[in-house]
Amino acid sequence: MQDVRAVGKPLQTMVEWTGDLGFFCWRAAKASLSRPFEGREFLRQLDAIGAKSLPLAALAGAATGVVLSMQTRDSLTRFGAKSLLPAVIVYSLLKETGPIIASLIVCGRVSAGIGAELGSMRVTEQIDAMEASAVDPYKYLVATRILACIVALPLLTVVTDFVGVMMGWVASTLLDPIPLKLFLSSGFKGGTLSDILPPTFKTAIFGLIIGAVSCFQGMRTSGGTKGVGRSATSSVVLASLFIMLADIVLVRLILEVF
Amino acid sequence: MEQQTKSEAPITVAGLCKSFGGPAVLDGIAFQLEPRKVTCVLGRSGTGKSVLLRLLIGIEKPDAGSICLEGHDISTASPKELNEARKKVGFLFQQSALYDSMTIEENVAFPLRRHTRLSGVERRERVHQLLESVGMDRDFAKMPSEISGGMRKRVGLARALALEPKIVMFDEPTAGLDPITAAEIAKLIVELRDQRHITSIVVTHDIHTAHAIADRLLVLDGGKILFDGTFEDFHRSENPFIALLVKDAA
Repeated sequence: MQDVRAVGKPLQTMVEWTGDLGFFCWRAAKASLSRPFEGREFLRQLDAIGAKSLPLAALAGAATGVVLSMQTRDSLTRFGAKSLLPAVIVYSLLKETGPIIASLIVCGRVSAGIGAELGSMRVTEQIDAMEASAVDPYKYLVATRILACIVALPLLTVVTDFVGVMMGWVASTLLDPIPLKLFLSSGFKGGTLSDILPPTFKTAIFGLIIGAVSCFQGMRTSGGTKGVGRSATSSVVLASLFIMLADIVLVRLILEVF
Repeated sequence: MEQQTKSEAPITVAGLCKSFGGPAVLDGIAFQLEPRKVTCVLGRSGTGKSVLLRLLIGIEKPDAGSICLEGHDISTASPKELNEARKKVGFLFQQSALYDSMTIEENVAFPLRRHTRLSGVERRERVHQLLESVGMDRDFAKMPSEISGGMRKRVGLARALALEPKIVMFDEPTAGLDPITAAEIAKLIVELRDQRHITSIVVTHDIHTAHAIADRLLVLDGGKILFDGTFEDFHRSENPFIALLVKDAA
């Protein structure tokens, strides 16, 4: 009986958490669709989430491109397929590595920020003050952040992909010079838009996960500064976990559909 | 919200109950606020004074009972109707709850930007008037973290008054302040009543502040209203808990 209880309690907590998150997302979606629209706050969040993550996304792309170039060169040389290096770099970056690296990097930065910001607003009664001023915090704080994450993620992924491919070429050409034009033409050979667009736009779903989970964790913060810390940490952990789980489903779905 | 009472009381509370899983914090509270008067709610810590205010502004939902704000029952109102009702009420939080990502000027301008059609110039003028009325017009460009607790209360009050409310709710307005600043805040509350004819409900555990500002006292204990009356009645009360408070006031 004790074993059943030991399993039952966390399971109940998980079910409750999922239900609360679903209700939270429904409320945020409803708020985002009702007038007046929070254009100004949305742009502010797009700047905070998107523009300010740009250097990080570019750096992550650069590092990935260089590492990918060095690692795959070694492997491909062993199998006598060195000429495939540009295609391997380009396709692995565009189809999976770029989107997932960009999403996880941005998740780390943005989830912690949103979780801590909303958490601290919650414990210092700023969210209550907003409600008392007849302003819907779901509309002003939550919907704007979630939408900004949804819009920013695909754009940041494009940056990560671009910088990754370019740095992949730089790393490759330092060891074995190859003109950029040739690198790109052999890299993208036989490729279509369906190789690029679905993996890039799937990051909008990752953006939704980052925004929804971190806003949810932030808004339900309790327990003072300790609670704020907990919200920031759990936002990053849960959002990263859900991104990886969603990626499995989305990759399968993309392979099926496109 | 269709339900309009004929009562002229700015706020009418009936059979209000609230609990958070355990014993009832508020258990069948009923009272009416008198217009253009300051009503102080006294009680020990944890007796539901702040919960009462949060219920009155609709931040918490009651388990039972009704709250009529300017004749509209907010306990059954839709979010839109609730927000309309909230525009008639100002609220000063215990820790002031200023938005820490905004300057003082932006904090006070926030409700005006959201709920009025004032131009930028008009809004700025109004903000400066409000800040001047609480003696904070010189610090408008500062961030909330750069000013003292007393100054934050003043800015919080300016923000609460931005939409020219008929009712202002104060949650522990003098808590954590030195006696001089506390007296200044108390003076501002009295001025609101005398000059702007605002109805105020002030939650406090400070009997001295209550003595300085209250026209009427409500004492909460055990989820019920233990005392409802003027300070004269308060002094005459034979209830042991009230007697203890009277002794403290003396």
